[in-house]
Amino acid sequence: MTEQGNLAPLALDRADARVKHEAGIGGAVRAFLDRVRSGDLGSLPVIVGLVVIWTVFTSLNPVFVSSSNLVNLLFDCSTVGIIALGIVCVLMVGEIDLSVGSISGFASAMVGTLWVNQGWPVALAILAALAFGALIGALYALLFNRLGMPSFVSTLAGLLAVLGMQLYILGSTGSINLPYGSALVDFGQLMVMPKWVSHTLAAIPGLAMLVSGLRTFARRRAANLSTPSVTGLVLRVAAITIGLELIVAYLNQSRGIPWMFGLFVGLVVAMNYALTRTKWGRSMTAVGGNREAARRAGIKVRAIYLSAFALCSLFAALGGVLAAARLASASQQAGTGDVNLNAIAAAVIGGTSLFGGRGSAYSALLGIIVIQSIASGLTLLDLSSSLRYMITGAVLAIAVIVDSLARRSRASHGRA
Amino acid sequence: MSESPERSASVGELVLSLRGISKNFGAVSALTDIDFDVHAGEVVALVGDNGAGKSTLVKILAGVHQPSSGTINFRGRPVTLPDPRAALTLGIATVFQDLALCENLDVVANIFLGNEISPLRLDEVAMEMRAWTLLNELSARIPSVREAVASLSGGQRQTVAIARSLLLEPKLILLDEPTAALGVAQTAEVLNLIDRVRARGLGVVMISHNMEDVRAVADRIVVLRLGRNNGVFEPDASNQDLVSAITGASNNAVSRRAERLRAERDHSAQAGEQRP
Repeated sequence: MTEQGNLAPLALDRADARVKHEAGIGGAVRAFLDRVRSGDLGSLPVIVGLVVIWTVFTSLNPVFVSSSNLVNLLFDCSTVGIIALGIVCVLMVGEIDLSVGSISGFASAMVGTLWVNQGWPVALAILAALAFGALIGALYALLFNRLGMPSFVSTLAGLLAVLGMQLYILGSTGSINLPYGSALVDFGQLMVMPKWVSHTLAAIPGLAMLVSGLRTFARRRAANLSTPSVTGLVLRVAAITIGLELIVAYLNQSRGIPWMFGLFVGLVVAMNYALTRTKWGRSMTAVGGNREAARRAGIKVRAIYLSAFALCSLFAALGGVLAAARLASASQQAGTGDVNLNAIAAAVIGGTSLFGGRGSAYSALLGIIVIQSIASGLTLLDLSSSLRYMITGAVLAIAVIVDSLARRSRASHGRA
Repeated sequence: MSESPERSASVGELVLSLRGISKNFGAVSALTDIDFDVHAGEVVALVGDNGAGKSTLVKILAGVHQPSSGTINFRGRPVTLPDPRAALTLGIATVFQDLALCENLDVVANIFLGNEISPLRLDEVAMEMRAWTLLNELSARIPSVREAVASLSGGQRQTVAIARSLLLEPKLILLDEPTAALGVAQTAEVLNLIDRVRARGLGVVMISHNMEDVRAVADRIVVLRLGRNNGVFEPDASNQDLVSAITGASNNAVSRRAERLRAERDHSAQAGEQRP
């Protein structure tokens, strides 16, 4: 790029001589370090944290990194991970939903009652549960948009009210067993991808990156804009593809990749596309960053809040249905305890800001892997849940501290 | 300056016409019975003291506030502006005093906010190209359109806000204090830009406290005082007239200061004559 710049006319976005532009791979590394130093951390803290957690647990009990334990970890990640994905949506617009645990519990109770007790087809029961979830979210949005009720309060009220509804429909028995051998329970406990499917799926992200990267390259060159380095792109694609294939090969040594985890990752990828590459996602980020500016730009702010709250509750209900499948039961305990806070913690630990306007769908994936790693590691060490709560709490506190410090640093370095 | 021939010749059809606009905030009436016209190819300056209602009037035209009473005619048809989207759709673009940019988004995203190209698969390349074209037309000095707006200076943000207002090819542009945050060169660029916008046949409403900027570009100067119309002036009106219209009396802080300075100067001149 630099050599061309001296001869050919400058690219449209490189005409200003006062701006330093990093070129090549060394430049990319330098730019990355610059970003980190000024507080634009991205997923760096969570990856560092994950390495630390895995090293500690592996040194304490080598079973932790065994293939079969990691496959179990992926099964456990999927349910709360999907709930955390919904939390990312509400955090993006700077709001919160504290009732996701209750909604997931109620959704599992609904599936249990409608499917097992009332004899509905299972698909219809699941659809009803999901629709109910979306409806609760729409109600929060209505309270927020029309009455100005802070989401913190309305969802806190929802936490209690929906929990009450869950206890009510479960009645005196308190728990409903889902039939073993049914497709839903198999999906939650047993179904894994055949090896060739998982290896093929692991190759797709790299290929997609390569194709879209090359297309962007060609289009930017045609438009006389500066072009990113192709070598860097190829190196990134190679690293990602090799990394994913190795992980898949390792997990395939035992049971393999759960379909449920595949569903979770699919939803994460879809949400990431929606948040970064569509007008809706742009509007979500804008509303989270500066609500009044978004309104003056002609964005339908109320509709954006509605979509955020409804999606969050919808994902919570889906997570609840999958949790019921995982446990093969819908009980009064479903969705209570730490589900709520684990989901919120996962989104924040993964790097979605509590202050709105910053975040990524991938933070749900990374964050829930951190949280489930801690849970799984402590279970392997035969430690009680009291200790697990304390450690998860400490990790959450650290994550929020990192978020706040990075935010302050960004402000002083002139980054958003 | 004010007698340039193309200025009066290019004034065309009536774009915007307000009749009897009032706006109350609770017990406070911010605007009372305002009449206001803008023609195509005309720059109307809106001046007045702090609290005269200039920004309120602009916000009504932008759809941010709704008038308590009165009618708005836009291009010959009566219209209502219930929200900013309605104003944008009609072709009224606004650069707000506080700019209304999203600091967490980059320059391209801010310029295209609410009007992204291909909503389901954002066309970043096309948007970046259009953004550079707009910014270059304004002779903008923006280091990178992929930086978040948080990292830009006040003048750069102003330019981004103006570029955004031009994106939709509006019929009427409202500029609330467009030069307040700018340096000498950039102020000149913005005034040039206003000239260019007028030459394209758009109506321009500009709020400013800077009488020099106002005289430099305005075809008409509309004075508001305490929420009421207080006179319309030609750009070559005397400073004295303008100031008294703005402050409401010929005896005011500005005229008293001028009086005092003149008296002191006369006094020292007399003293100088007496010295030899």
